Amino acid sequence: MLSKLVSKQIINHGLRLTTRAASASAQPKLVIDRKPPVKFQKLFINNEFVDASSGSTFEVINPATGDVITEVADASEKDVDRAVKAAKDAFRLGSEWRRMDPAARGQLLYKLADLMERDRAYLAALETLNNGKPFKDSYNVDIPHCISVLRYYAGWPDKMNGKVLPVAGDFFSYTRREPVGVVGQIIPWNFPMILLCWKIGPSVATGCTTVIKLDEHTPLTGLYTAKLIEEAGFPPGVVNIISGDGPHCGASLVKHPDVHKISFTGSTQVGKLIGIEAAKLVKRTTLELGGKSPNIVFADCDLDTAVEMSHFALFFNQGQCCCAGSRTYVEEKIYDEFVQRSIERTKRRKVGDPFDESTEQGPQISHEQMDKIIDLIESGKKNGAKLLVGGKREGDKGFFVQPTLFADVEDDHRIAREEIFGPVMQILKFKTVEEVIERANDSDYGLAASVFSKDLDKSIVVSNGLRAGSVWVNTYDNFDPVAPFGGFKQSGLGREKSEYSLDSYSETKCVTIKISQRNS
Amino acid sequence: MSPLPDIEIKYTEIFINNEWHKADKGKTFPVINPSTGEVIANVEEATRTDVDKAVEAARKAFHVDSPWRTMQPADRGALMRKFAELLRRDIKYLAQLETLNNGKPVHDSMGDIGLSANCIDYYAGWVDKITGETIPAGNGHFLYTEHEPVGICGQIIPWNFPILMLAWKLGPALACGNTVILKPAEQTPLSALYCAALIKEAGFPPGVVNIVPGDGPECGNAIVVHPHVDKLAFTGSSEIGRLIQETAAKHHHYRVSLELGGKSALIICEDADLDYAAKVAHQALYFNAAQCCCAGSRTYVHAKIYDEFVAKCVELANKRVVGDPYDRNTEQGPQVSEEQFNKILGYIEAGNKEGAKLECGGKRACDKGYFIQPTVFSGVKDDMKIAREEIFGPVMSLLKYDCYEDVIKRANSSSFGLAAGIVTKDLTRALTITKRLHAGTIWINDYNTFWNQAPFGGFKQSGHGRELGSYGLEGYYEVKTVSIKLA
Repeated sequence: MLSKLVSKQIINHGLRLTTRAASASAQPKLVIDRKPPVKFQKLFINNEFVDASSGSTFEVINPATGDVITEVADASEKDVDRAVKAAKDAFRLGSEWRRMDPAARGQLLYKLADLMERDRAYLAALETLNNGKPFKDSYNVDIPHCISVLRYYAGWPDKMNGKVLPVAGDFFSYTRREPVGVVGQIIPWNFPMILLCWKIGPSVATGCTTVIKLDEHTPLTGLYTAKLIEEAGFPPGVVNIISGDGPHCGASLVKHPDVHKISFTGSTQVGKLIGIEAAKLVKRTTLELGGKSPNIVFADCDLDTAVEMSHFALFFNQGQCCCAGSRTYVEEKIYDEFVQRSIERTKRRKVGDPFDESTEQGPQISHEQMDKIIDLIESGKKNGAKLLVGGKREGDKGFFVQPTLFADVEDDHRIAREEIFGPVMQILKFKTVEEVIERANDSDYGLAASVFSKDLDKSIVVSNGLRAGSVWVNTYDNFDPVAPFGGFKQSGLGREKSEYSLDSYSETKCVTIKISQRNS
Repeated sequence: MSPLPDIEIKYTEIFINNEWHKADKGKTFPVINPSTGEVIANVEEATRTDVDKAVEAARKAFHVDSPWRTMQPADRGALMRKFAELLRRDIKYLAQLETLNNGKPVHDSMGDIGLSANCIDYYAGWVDKITGETIPAGNGHFLYTEHEPVGICGQIIPWNFPILMLAWKLGPALACGNTVILKPAEQTPLSALYCAALIKEAGFPPGVVNIVPGDGPECGNAIVVHPHVDKLAFTGSSEIGRLIQETAAKHHHYRVSLELGGKSALIICEDADLDYAAKVAHQALYFNAAQCCCAGSRTYVHAKIYDEFVAKCVELANKRVVGDPYDRNTEQGPQVSEEQFNKILGYIEAGNKEGAKLECGGKRACDKGYFIQPTVFSGVKDDMKIAREEIFGPVMSLLKYDCYEDVIKRANSSSFGLAAGIVTKDLTRALTITKRLHAGTIWINDYNTFWNQAPFGGFKQSGHGRELGSYGLEGYYEVKTVSIKLA
């Protein structure tokens, strides 16, 4: 069926996987382990796995069933302190890490990538068990992307140049790009492995040391990766990985005086709290927060592609993407046709066991998230949007929500303003280019946006007008490691991936040496 | 000398399109082991029609729809890293082969191969980091640049670092997405041909890298004049470099980068630690049997420390172990060929004739092969042949100076400008002299340290363009400016 074919091409094309491993057809039949054993449940500090100092643990749930998978160590303020001490020690002047050849840092990242490739099937199964995303996504999208991100950053360490400056006077003056120091990185639950690698990459490439706090919902793959870090040969203390909650563990990492920089990915609400705390110590802060990204479909688009990509833009990863295309603006001329085709596509979306090969959508991450989504669906009905598909919880085990579609949504509806983070699509109608740009920009968010149109001029002009960090034209969710990703306005501060990400992990030092006579 | 280890020479044919070809004209040329003077192999000799075939293959591989052109940048990088991995896998064999053909001590060959693999890895990391720019223009325009591969690259490399020079050439060319025809020196084709097999094993599409062994006048010339070669890169003597530039221009080739000779000055200042400085000077000159374009071949010594320094240099030269390059203790193997051997002896004779003082050495060493004793001349004057011309052999020239302004002038009086060195503890003096020397690379309290990320190349007649670093990429991409007018 055409749209199924288009769908597969689009998943591969849209996420721009750069490893040959992504070509599933080239591989022997994969045996999927639906019950991957959990091997690491403790905090990873100084290349060792240690219990939390209080001995306490917390439960990790399988969102497809609601059952407890295992328990992992619950890091408290004391453990954060231990981890930061380890990172600080690894960063001291004269340490193995500080003295290492830049190219050798890169080789460690290549080694880590190779180990991840070796353990791809296991990591993908563990990610699916803990997060609920379909195995075919973990295996074909998440893990390969991690590998390509690490390999991308591996090439940077010996290429980050400063400048020699044409200053006035008898001076020799130059800049050095130095690592900012000990960094604290807090990652969310929607792409546990991917975000882990988006954080490890720049920290290692620039020569920083880090303490990474995994999200309390999804610590399992991060703790396994910790073992790979040790196996790859990173010196102790360079990457420390801990599991713990936000209010105690995360907060103490943010407040810790020996952490020089914070990188946080998560909700806008928590991002603001972190920004306020970090500002007290003038801590360098980068934030990747929420979004309510507008996807603009013009009448002169390729309709097949637009329908399929718009579906993907919203529903991918159970709708749990910061950059989900969660406001689909469709030009009046093709509105009815677009809505009709979207209804058909949404009805076809297969929800079920994430280990099942035909499943497109797994459970939401938690009961709490599921409740929030249902609540917003109710608000959509209340505000008068037209509920055309789904709208309820799916089944009574696990946290599944039916693929849901609203049409005739208005900009002031809650479902058009607030981040739902679930499989709920909003379709809105527009007439003119000027109007839709204004409506698209009418948000405190500004993470991403997209344009579907065949017209060269319109694509460029509209892209230029959208206040969003990533603008996709005739595609969606392209996450090439080479391209920067980050938000305008309250969607965040700073950029991840790409060369641009290196700046936030570096400090520029200017050295000026007096010489007896300078000549140009 | 111990009997030579049994080294199998596996590849002696022309490598085009991932296949091995016999020469069209049916001729081969002998390859000599400089440790013994004996022929070790006969290699197919590529001439014009073979070069034509290679260029055609490179052209096809460069077609806009080819696997190479449509490959993701990161996959290009993966192929390059695979090649580096294979170099490391076969390092022991390759080192033996390199030493058999070039004569450098085996531990130096091992070092060269490690460096070559690192160079390829370094450039593999660039593939997805070569960016164009968007440029602010008026509101009615969208303006940007693309950095596109320049095309088919003709690369001609010398015999002094056969594998390393291959890596320095392939690295940036492949990183930018070009295709290559590479001609190794006729003295030392063997390791390049083995690398060709590794390139095929790594999985490069056919035609991306082609290796054509042959001489300069027929084979090299065919590459230089070929209308479909887009860019030329040459490392070798200044004499040939000049000829290549002229010939290229006559055939409407303007993209030419040259790494030529040198007569680099090493300035030993009065406050230098003499033992350390003597070691630096020794390495600067004698490394690789002094067959380095950037060899520190004019050692300027401050009058205050001159006598003592000369004695130390002589002591080190006398201690230098010359002999069987397969012996772990050997520091210096033979010169690469009989021609070079005779040329160097000729310079030694000139030094004697012109009145320099021969402190030690001066003759051939060993009874077979092209070995020369580590030689030191003191009392050298700037106008002597040995102070002006590139010897490319183990002949140290020590010159006296007593004024810094003067020595800088003297250092700069050469028509070459490849490298220079300064040994001093004084910060201001180091930086001031550095600013005034006309040389592409300046080492302070060091010599012959290379980094893949540091550009290398010459001022003046030592060449044009830079290799290594991000600068090394510049010759391998073409800038395209795109301006879109918006309605």
